This record gives sequence, C-alpha cells and structure tokens, in this order.
Amino acid sequence: MPYIGARIKRKEDVRLLRGIGKYVGDIHRVGMVHAAILRSTHAHARIVKIDTAAALRLPGVIGVLTAADMPGLKTIPMRTGVIPGLERSQQTPIASAKVRYVGEPLAVIVAENRYIAEDALELIDVEYAALGAVTDAHAGMQPGAPQLHDAVPNNIAANFQVNVGDVDSAFAGCDLILEEEFSTQRHGAVPLETRGLVAELDEGKGLLTMWGPTKMTHTNWRMLSELTGMPQSSIHFIEPEVGGGFGARGEFYPEDFLIPFAAMHFRRPICWIEDRSENLKAMNQSRQQNHRVKIGVKNDGTVVAMDAEILFDMGGYTRTHGGVPAIAASAMLRGPFRVKNYRCNVFCVLTNKTPVGTYRSPGRYEANFVRERLLDIVAHRLNLDPADIRRRNLIRHQEMPYDLGKHPFHYMVYDTGDFPMQLEGALKRFGYEKLKATCAAAKNEGRAIGVGIGCFVETSGIGPWEYARVEIDNSGKVVLYSGCNSVGQGIATALSQIVADELQVSIDDVRVVHGDTAQVPYGNGSNASRSTVMAGSAAVGASRKIKDKLLRLASAGLEIDAGDLFLRDGRVVARGAPERSLSFTDLAALALPGPALRSGFTPGITEEDFFATDKRPFPYGVHLAAVEVDRETGAVKILDYLVTEDVGRKINPMIIEGQMAGGLAQGIGGALLENFVYDEDGQPLATSFMDYLMPTAMEMPKAQFISTEDFPSPHNPLGVKGAGEGGITAAGAALANAVSNALGVEVTKLPLKPDYLLELIKKSAETR
Amino acid sequence: MTRHEIDITINGREYHGAVEPRKLLTDFLRDDLGLTGTHVGCEHGVCGACTILLNGEPVRSCLMFAVQANGAELKTVEGLAPSAAELHPIQEKFWEFHGLQCGFCTPGILLTAEALLREIPSPSEDEIREWISGNLCRCTGYQNIVTAIQEAAKTLNSSQTES
Repeated sequence: MPYIGARIKRKEDVRLLRGIGKYVGDIHRVGMVHAAILRSTHAHARIVKIDTAAALRLPGVIGVLTAADMPGLKTIPMRTGVIPGLERSQQTPIASAKVRYVGEPLAVIVAENRYIAEDALELIDVEYAALGAVTDAHAGMQPGAPQLHDAVPNNIAANFQVNVGDVDSAFAGCDLILEEEFSTQRHGAVPLETRGLVAELDEGKGLLTMWGPTKMTHTNWRMLSELTGMPQSSIHFIEPEVGGGFGARGEFYPEDFLIPFAAMHFRRPICWIEDRSENLKAMNQSRQQNHRVKIGVKNDGTVVAMDAEILFDMGGYTRTHGGVPAIAASAMLRGPFRVKNYRCNVFCVLTNKTPVGTYRSPGRYEANFVRERLLDIVAHRLNLDPADIRRRNLIRHQEMPYDLGKHPFHYMVYDTGDFPMQLEGALKRFGYEKLKATCAAAKNEGRAIGVGIGCFVETSGIGPWEYARVEIDNSGKVVLYSGCNSVGQGIATALSQIVADELQVSIDDVRVVHGDTAQVPYGNGSNASRSTVMAGSAAVGASRKIKDKLLRLASAGLEIDAGDLFLRDGRVVARGAPERSLSFTDLAALALPGPALRSGFTPGITEEDFFATDKRPFPYGVHLAAVEVDRETGAVKILDYLVTEDVGRKINPMIIEGQMAGGLAQGIGGALLENFVYDEDGQPLATSFMDYLMPTAMEMPKAQFISTEDFPSPHNPLGVKGAGEGGITAAGAALANAVSNALGVEVTKLPLKPDYLLELIKKSAETR
Repeated sequence: MTRHEIDITINGREYHGAVEPRKLLTDFLRDDLGLTGTHVGCEHGVCGACTILLNGEPVRSCLMFAVQANGAELKTVEGLAPSAAELHPIQEKFWEFHGLQCGFCTPGILLTAEALLREIPSPSEDEIREWISGNLCRCTGYQNIVTAIQEAAKTLNSSQTES
C-alpha cells in the first residue's frame, strides 16, 4: 500500500513525546555563557547616552556591547517582498542614534548565567530625548507627523498600485456603488517557544556554529555571511527542534547578528533565550491594515469593479519580508471571485511600533475579512442571500486557469479548481439552509444566532526552486537531504512518505536531514505553504535518479537488463524471477569506490535534484461559522465551524487536518481575542500572556475539517497544493459575517471584542 | 550568593543539589540536572509548558523556586514512559491521534493529562477541556489533544479492568 495518502503516524513524535527532542534552549556547550538584550523603553527617541559602567562592575558580567562596539554596521536586507523604497527604512541590528519602537536592541550583556545578565540589564543607564510617536498609519502619513526615518518623507516607506481593467468606466455602468472602511488589528504568530540562539566560535578552525534560526536556514546563513564579512564556508547553521513558526520565527532578526557577533567578540559560546515579554515586543507582529474599498455591482449582485486603498502599518522598520503582507492583500483581495476591473493603491507606512512581518496567511486573512464582509453588506443592500451573491461571482471551473491580471509583485494565475462546487459542498455539509431557519427562529426568541460564509483562495508552493539529495547508506537505508526546514509541521514525515513510495522501501528506512548547512548545501526553507510542494517535488526528482542508479548497478551485478528489474521492499528484483535480487545494502557495497571504479560506475549512490518553478498552486475553500452572541455582554460563542479546502493531493490527511485545525485556532484567536494594543505614546500594552490572549481548549469549538483532492495542481509532479494556511485564512471573514448576521449589524473591524459588539448593538438599536 | 542544599526525588531517582535561593525549579531541572524535557514558554505561569507533577499534582515549575521543592517527589516528562523502549498510553495516543505538532507544549500537557486521568478515570470532553485549559498549545487547535486523552482513558481503564 502506498504511503502517500495514508494517515501515517509522524516520525518526529516519539522524541517529542519523550521530552528528548533538543530545542535551542536545551543545547549546552562547554564554557557557554548567557546573553540578555537591553531594549528601548521609548517608542521614538534620540539616544543621548548609554552608561554601562555599573553593569560592567557586577560580578559575573563578562561584557557589554553597544553600537559603539560595532562600527560599520550594515542594515538587515530584505529577502523577499521587495518594493522600491522599502530599502530606505531597513534596520541595523542595534540602535545607534535613535530608537523607533519599544523593544529595539540597545545593548547586549553577556554574563555567566541568565540571572546575572538580567540583573545587569537594570544597571545600564540610558538617557533618551523623546520624540513624538507615530502610532497610527493614517496619522503618520499626514504633513507635520513625526518622521521616523530621514530618508522617508511622510513615513510612506513604499507606495504601489495594481490596475486591472478600466475601473472608472466600469463604475459608470453599476447599479449600486458602496464604499466602506475596514480594519484588522495587530496580532501575530506568538509561537509557544520564544526565539533563541546559541553561537560558538571554534577559534582554532575559524568556524562559527549557530544553533537556532529556522524557517530558511540557508537564507540566514548567507545574510550572516554578508553582514559579518565571514565567508559562508566558515559558518555552520544547525536547526534544532522548533517550537512553532507560523511565519514569524526564523527570519533574520537583529539578534541573529548580535549573538554571533558577541560570541566572536568575547570568544565564548553564547546562549540567548528570549523571555516572553521580549518576544511580545521584539518578534515580528502582523495583520494591522486599514482598507477603504469601493465596490460597484449590478442589481443581480454581479460585481463589476473594486477600487481599494490599503494602509499597511509596518512598525518602525522594514524587515526581511519587506512588504509581503501588503502585496498579498492587494493581490488576493478579489479572492475566488471574478472582478474584471480592479484597482488598488497601497501605502506601506512606518509607525513607532514593533516591526511587522508575515504571519500565517499574511495579507490574505486581512483581505478575506474585507472582501467577504463587503459582499455580505452588498447582499444585504440588494436583499440577496450571502450564498447567492457568491454563487453569482465565483470564478467557474471552465475559466481555469484564470488570470486575474497583472500585479507588480505577485503571481496571479489560478491553476485549477471548481470554486462553486467547493462552496455548494460546504453549504450542504454544514446544513446552511437549515441553519438559516434556526437563526430566524432564534431571533423570534430574542436570541442572536448567526451563520457566516468565508470563501477563500490561498497561495502556496512559492518557488523559485528547492533542493534535494537522496543517498543510500552502507546499511541500505535511504537518507533525504532537503532544503526545507521543520517548524513543527511534520515535514520529515510527509517527505519520508514520498521518498518511501518512490523507492519502495519502508518509511522506517527513510531519514530526512534538513536545516544543517554542512549537510545540505542549498535550500529555500519552509514558508508560504511551500515545503510539500517544493521540497516534496525535489525529493521526487532525486529519488527517481536514485532509482535509475540502483537499477543500473543491479543490472550490472545481476547481468539482467535494467528494464527487467524493479524495486520492492528495499531490493532490486528481477521481473519473473524474484529469487534473483540484490538488496540496497548489496548495491551500496557495489557502489563503494573500489568496486564502482573497477566496473565503470561513479562511486556512491547519491543523487541531487532541484525542482524549479515560477508558478504557484492555489488551494481554495470555504469557512462556515455558526455563532451565538450574547446581546447583554457582547460575548461570542462559536456553535459550529467547518473548513473545507482543496489541496490537490493529500500526502498525509492526518497532518493536513492538523494544519487546518491549528490554523483555525489561530484564526479564531485573531478574530476574537488577540490584540497587540499600543497607547498613544507607542507603549505596548500586551506584553504578557495576561494581556495577549490566545485561545485555550475552552475557546475552541469542535470543528469539522474537510480536505479534498478534486483538482491536483498541474504545476508539480505530486499534484499537491500547500495546506498550511487554509485553516486560518477566512476565519476572521466567516466569524465577522456570522456575528453580523446574528446581530443584524455590519461589522467592519476585527477583533470582535465585546466592547466593539456592544457599541454596534447600541448603534443598531438607536437607528431602529 | 548563598546556596541551599536540596534533596528531591525526580522520576523515582534521588537528586542532591545546592542552589541559589532564587533559582527557579524549572532552571534547576533543565540546567542543573539536564532534564530539558520540561519547557519554558512564558516564565509567568500562564502557558503551562513547564508543568510537572509535584507530589502527584500538576504545578508550574516556572513559578516555584527549586528550594521550595526540597523533599518533594517530582515527575517530569522524562519519567512518564515505563522504559526507553515503550511509551505511556497517553504518549501512545498523542502519537496515534496527532495530538502534537511542534511538541513544545506537549510535556506539560502530557503530565496534566496524567494527573487528570488519575483523578477522573473517564472524564467528559468538557472536563478534559477544563483540565487542559491552563496549557496553551499554538499548533493543534486542541481537538486532537482532547481525542488523545479520551482514547488514553479508554486504554488505561481497560488495562485496569484486565488486571
């Protein structure tokens, strides 16, 4: 039975269940000391003076580094999401003249242990000259607003447009034109493991080893080389176990320079583990966008044109993913719908808050909320059922592949799918029609029950390439060296399934090596739901080359034509004569340099492959939510929830459903609970888990997760579409629509906190 | 800083240590004893990743000083499986029902579940959710954790019936 498609238990799990997996905080090196980072307490200020004398006198302190100790610092570059202009607001790893958010690094303290390092933080005296803070993107763009970066007038780090069709003429022919403003609040990945690094310099060999950074090990490897001037061959990155990624972990952060710099400066192995309060101030945040959207429709609900303006609140600096959340929002605001005339004007605006990066379904969670809300508002105005306005506008199967029209920074051709079929299937499974009747009946009893739809298209499988090498070792075991990373998603299991099927071996005989730059020369890492698509496809390519080599070696060894041989259970077997076979172990022996060179083979059984593509598979699906809102308290209770998604082909349904469930939990957190609140001075108010509320088991409904294989993607040999983000992407959309439906109001903001809902309830009572 | 002598039994083995009074129990376990299966997620007692059993009761080891555990019997995740070759039924079911992804919250949840199933051998879904509501998981959405604990309860109950 093939492994692909089966609910295979994860290979990663036993060590994690036993507590013997090694995360970065579990790594101990001889002579290792500990770092703590002094961070700005001001959102926007000039640094007048940093006095470290008292800290240096504390017993156990090894040293303190500030910008003065790091002359010639370069800024951290963008690795993606490059929009011209963003380069003007890149961050240096440590502040020298000015701070631009609370949490910005000012000094690195190294001490015998973390307790002493943290004691020493208190002894550093920083004198600031406060500058006014920009805490709102719209206000920050106005003349006279405080300016964060001298090179960036009006704090507009970048501005770009998307223009498809002829929006102005199209509006002229519309029956109804509506304009609405929407906003999504700042929240973020907040993985359960905070960030951390261990850096050690082997002085004799001149080799720097780094444990910790994960997501795109090889990108960070190159960046560290460029920032330090050390050649990549003198730096070794090793990925440990990772306690969740979700987009934010593993980007190149200031600390990814500061900790290795300190390790080299003090010639000691250094461990830095972020505490939670730091994490909530210093790790990339996301999601804060304001959208103003004008939509033009016909009386039957046909959408003719959309004209949008997006303000993307970037925080204090451009980080490694540049403008990805803004690019993705502007690209995917149309979602699965046919909008022939579309214009979007996007402003990336700097504010004195923690810098922003990607968070699972970046930009798309926001855009789905905006569009799906807008469609419901239009439906209400036209007296249409929310399902009907979607039916009217969904792109049809016959239109695939569907080109949405040029976007300056985003691939825009949907590969495959039947969006209407997915919606009808979801509505039926959820009992949509019956639920509508339930809602109506509940209203008569004075209860507020509502149902909401969120349709989505996700992006996945971003290229441009991925690397794989497959080897057969001396004992006949298969080793896959992959350029992907693990962030806890189970990628080693999925890749093992793919390789085991290709080479007809037991999954127990496949080992996956990733995230180690000494063993894997190239990689683009794990992000954007790309690992199974890209690393999986590269693994297929390398496995097929290995298969060819195994057959050729066996053909020579057995003196049978390769065409009459096949792979079975870790052996190469003669067709029709199963007693004539060679095991992978036998073949590995034949491939040793001695015998191989004698018989004219290149020694070893090792083959590499790159899978390259500029195209992307687009998974798609539907979220459906049923909620009850307490009109007295504004509390939202989720009664039922369904997520469906077409993933093209399932490698491991159990892992896919796990991704959907985990994504939904985060989506619910973003819709109802999580909020990085800042005050008007730019002080972050959610810096502990008492203030930043994530869903617990009590907030999570029992939900249904349905993944389908209706339309395999034509863009990769496996037919897969990435499945990491469908669970989160339309959660804000569906819940906001359900709450609006329950209360008979029009939600235009996330999160759906009780105070906001009570305000809407009050307003709606007044207008009645 | 002065150090205090402590004796603690952990996973059935006796440990002797000398610790500063301010040393957290978590740090003693992880840094002094190398028992790194106990994880640190927030250091302020909310996330539950550092949950261990102290005299059988789940506690946050980040909210205790090591000296406070002097004389106590602790169990950490390393002590849950009966041997190096076997898993505890709760671990088995977490594996089978995909009750973990990144694994960072897992040790704390396993130990909470162990205490739960000792106290309530056949808990309802609501009871399970309430018991684990002090443990944050950012990956799974909890559903599979609930299922795994329900399934582990069945296994534990049937093996008790047999014996």
